[in-house]
This record gives sequence, structure tokens and C-alpha cells, in this order.
Amino acid sequence: MIALVPLIPLFQVADPQLPATEGVFLIGTVVKMLIVFSVYMVGVAMLTLAERKISAWIQDRHGPNRVGYGWLQPAADGVKNIMKEETYPGTANLPLFVLAPAISFIPAMITWAVIPFASPLPTPWGRIDMVVADLPVGFLFCLAISSLGVYGIVLAGWSSNNKYALLGGLRSSAQMISYEIAMGMATVCVLLLSGNVSISAIIQQQATMGWNVFLLSIAFFIFLVASFAETNRLPFDLPEAESELVAGYHTEYSAMKFSLFFIAEYANMVTASALITSLFFGGWDIPFTQWDNLPPFTVLKTILTLGAFLTKVLFFLFFFMWIRWTVPRFRYDQLMSLGWKLMLPLALAYITIIGTVVLVLDRAGIARGPMFGAILFGMNVVLVVLLFVVLDRGRIVSPAYSRLDREEVARLRNMSLGKSTLAEKKV
Amino acid sequence: MTIGVKVLDRPIEEVSYVRATLKGMALTFKHLVDPHKVTVQYPEEKWDLSPRWRGTHRMLTTEDGKSKCVACGLCPTVCPANCIKLVPGEDEQGNRYPLVFEIDEFRCIFCGYCQEVCPEEAIHLGRHYENAEYSRDKFVYDLERLSTQTHPVCEMWDPADPKGE
Repeated sequence: MIALVPLIPLFQVADPQLPATEGVFLIGTVVKMLIVFSVYMVGVAMLTLAERKISAWIQDRHGPNRVGYGWLQPAADGVKNIMKEETYPGTANLPLFVLAPAISFIPAMITWAVIPFASPLPTPWGRIDMVVADLPVGFLFCLAISSLGVYGIVLAGWSSNNKYALLGGLRSSAQMISYEIAMGMATVCVLLLSGNVSISAIIQQQATMGWNVFLLSIAFFIFLVASFAETNRLPFDLPEAESELVAGYHTEYSAMKFSLFFIAEYANMVTASALITSLFFGGWDIPFTQWDNLPPFTVLKTILTLGAFLTKVLFFLFFFMWIRWTVPRFRYDQLMSLGWKLMLPLALAYITIIGTVVLVLDRAGIARGPMFGAILFGMNVVLVVLLFVVLDRGRIVSPAYSRLDREEVARLRNMSLGKSTLAEKKV
Repeated sequence: MTIGVKVLDRPIEEVSYVRATLKGMALTFKHLVDPHKVTVQYPEEKWDLSPRWRGTHRMLTTEDGKSKCVACGLCPTVCPANCIKLVPGEDEQGNRYPLVFEIDEFRCIFCGYCQEVCPEEAIHLGRHYENAEYSRDKFVYDLERLSTQTHPVCEMWDPADPKGE
């Protein structure tokens, strides 16, 4: 009892608009962790259902509609996966083989810790931020942790001791590292505008200046494409590539370990959607109003901003699925040339342009507010039109056209007609 | 060494990726919201089978419950898969009847020759496809099973269109 006495001041009633005391902060964080984790896991389970339903509707089918009219399908899948036999390949490296699914799954979950999902909630014990951990280095944390996910896939591929799994793992490491660079470069533009790596600060910046998708459209485009590659979703699902690699890195996995890779994929999708939302779509900001960003904070504001955030995240999840059932898989050389020859130079050029514009506007004495945003937006309209209408004619954004040039095509034609260039040289 | 590489000559000026993707997304979205779905909800809904559908066999019976088969031996003779086993017998009046009549539905190729060749219109193919069993030997249909099955039988040819046009 005596030991408890000093704890009591930690839980005192405080001003709802001021940050909570340490004790409340601790308990609040634990509660937030539990809630976020549960909602997240249920959400990921429901996403598997959503994916199957959306794929079915796009293909003019009905989708799962038997177990509880389809709603209990994720539960049925889970039960099935737990009941199934776990197989272990005889030559696998067992410790890593078991560890790999967890390694691919955990980073996807951890990233969520730093993403704010609503405006602060006032409670009788003080204000509680609606983010599990509002790290000052929030965004760097996201980049660091999300790139850990590749280890899960690479280790799964390597420890299986299977050539297809290994190829899948190799592909994924090359792919994820290539696109991570473009992704990081795209976010440099965001940091240039916000001047801060904390995600809360980035959201506040977008609330005053306008959403980054309008201010940094091309950075958004690069980030979006790169996040498809990072989450191994079509059109960049080369690590899996059923038609070439059996099932890629998870060829040898069965039962719940296999399922864990799927959970990881969906968890990565949720995280990528939340990041896109936070960095480019204003996070929990409700558009066309400043009312939600300013104190005093109320419960109503928290609920409404949470709704805004979830709507945006769900839209991007839908977008991920929509793309998956629209676009076929890239060829490997197309993937690499898109990443290195297009995305990276584009991102670097865009950083230069944005950096110059920001510098010029700052020197011209334009305050960082709506006016600043309007000028950037105008410039972006011009750049987007240039990139996607004028330059996208097989010259820049066209991985569907292979790296072959006309001479190469002519040479290949001759070869297929039996006129080998080698043979001609000998003559 | 010649390899048959097919190289498409794409006019570079017309090739795009982003706009083509957007076009594709518009198409898939149209299908997504389209309420018309092609799936048949199987146990509740079923396709109407063609009158010429050739499924597992039936032996037709006379009004007193005996099979119409006179054990003439034409069907085992004509059967290209050799899946009909027939042992003929004869009763006191000298009428032939099958002692054993078995069809191995696994060997059967459902060509319908047995039905076509039968002079008594006894053996028929059925308009039926739900054949699941728990063991392989259940797929050798004996005379009793062939006679007691009740599904509609195949018409082999459409009376309204005898030439199959």
C-alpha cells in the first residue's frame, strides 16, 4: 500500500486540453496498443474477404457467399489453416524457416505505431494523442522498419532450400531495395515542405498548406508505384510469380505459416495505405475545413477525424486491389528498368524542382500557407501534363515497351527467320 | 541457332503505360459495379441439360418391372471402351435375359453407341451428372442399379432436328 501512494499523483484529474500525466500516458498507451492491434488484425482478416469479393465482382462472379453469407469466410479460412498439417522440408534450415513468417509479419505491424489516426482525444485525465507512439523521428522509423520486411521474404526463400523459393527471395530483395530508393527520394519532397520528419507535423503542414497529393503530385505517383513494389502486390508480385516460380518464396510453406505470409502482405498493404494517407492525403485531416485541426479538441472531432482517416485508408486498400485485378505482372527487366531508369531519375529531378521552387518562394517572402500551396499546385499541373500526356508516348513511362531498340528488333527478326547474324559474320 | 522469338513491332509513339492502366481500371470498375454476374449458384440453381446430354446409364424396364434387355450382345460388341459385361440367360419360355449386366462407368467414354445399337431400346444414357461415390467399386453399375435409377434419359438426337443441324 505504501508503495502505491506516490503513484496516486500520477493519475490526477487534469485539464483535458493539456498532455496527460505519465501514469495516464502509460495506461493510455497500453489501451491504444490493444485496441489498434485488435482492430488491425480483424481488419486484415476482413481484407482477405474484401480481396476475394472485389476480385469476384471484377470478374463478374459473386465471390464467397456460403459461410455466414460470406462474412465468416476469414474465420473459416483461419480454422482451416490452423487444422492443416505443418510440413517441413527435410533440407530446410529449420530455425530460419520458422522465423521467416514472423519476420515478414512483425515489421508491418510495428510501423503502425507511429501513424496518427485521429485528432487528440480529451479525457478527464488530460489530452491523449491518437497515435500509439508519437515518435519525433516518426517517418524515418517507418522507412527503417518497413524495409526490414524484405528479410522475412529473403530468409523464407533461402531457408526453404528450394530453387523456386530462392529465386523468389532473390527477386524480392532486388525489387524491394530498388524501389525503396525511389520511395525514399519521393518522400524527401514531403520533408522539404513540412520541414519535420514527425508524421503529426507532416499532417499539420498539409492541413494548413493543402494536401501533398496536390502540391507534390509526381512524388505521390512515385511513392504509390514504389509502395506497390514494396508490398509485393501486382503488378510487382515477382517474388511470388505463380506462373514462373510455383509460389515464389512461400512455395514450401503450409498451414498457418503460409497464412502468416498472407497476413503480412495485407498488413503491409494497410501500412502502405496509411502512409500514403498520412504523407499525401492529409492523414486524419477533414478536407475543406480548418475546424478539425484547431484546439479545443473534442470527442466529436476525434470521431470525425478517425472516420476521415479510415475512409482514406480504405480507399487506398480498395485501390491496391483494384490495380491487382486490372494490371498484369511486369517482366523482370521491365521492373528493374522502371525502378532504376525512370523512377529514380524522376524522383531526383523532382526533388531539384521542388527544392528550387520552395527556395524561390521563401526568398520571395510568400508565407507557407494556402498561397504557397496554390503556386505549387499550379506548377504540378504543368508537370503532370508534361509527364503523362506529352512524355508518356513510349518515351518515358512505358515499361510495356521493352528495352529493345529498333536495330535490336530487326536483329531478332532476322534470327527468327533463320538469318542469324553470327552465321552472316562467318560467311 | 534459330529460336522462334516473336517480336511485336509496337509503334512507340502510341504506346503508353499510365493512360493504358487508367483505361484498364475504368473497364474493371465497370465490371465491378455491374450487377450482372455469370456464376450459377450450383446446389440451388442448375443448368438445363441438353436433351442430347450423355451421362451415366439407365436400363429401362417393362411395365412388370423386368428389364427390357434381351441379352442380344450387341452393346458389349459395339462398345469401344469394352466396359459392358453381359452374361446371357434363358428362361423356361426360351426368352433371353441378362444374368449379369454391368457397366464400368470409369471405363465408359459416354459415346452412346450402346444406346444407338440396342434393338429393344433398353440401355440408355442419362441426362445426369451428379455421380459422386465414396469408393471406386461403386462405379461399376450392376443391372439392379441401372434399372432403379430414375433420371431422364438421353435422346441421342433431337426429334425436331433429326439431322443435327
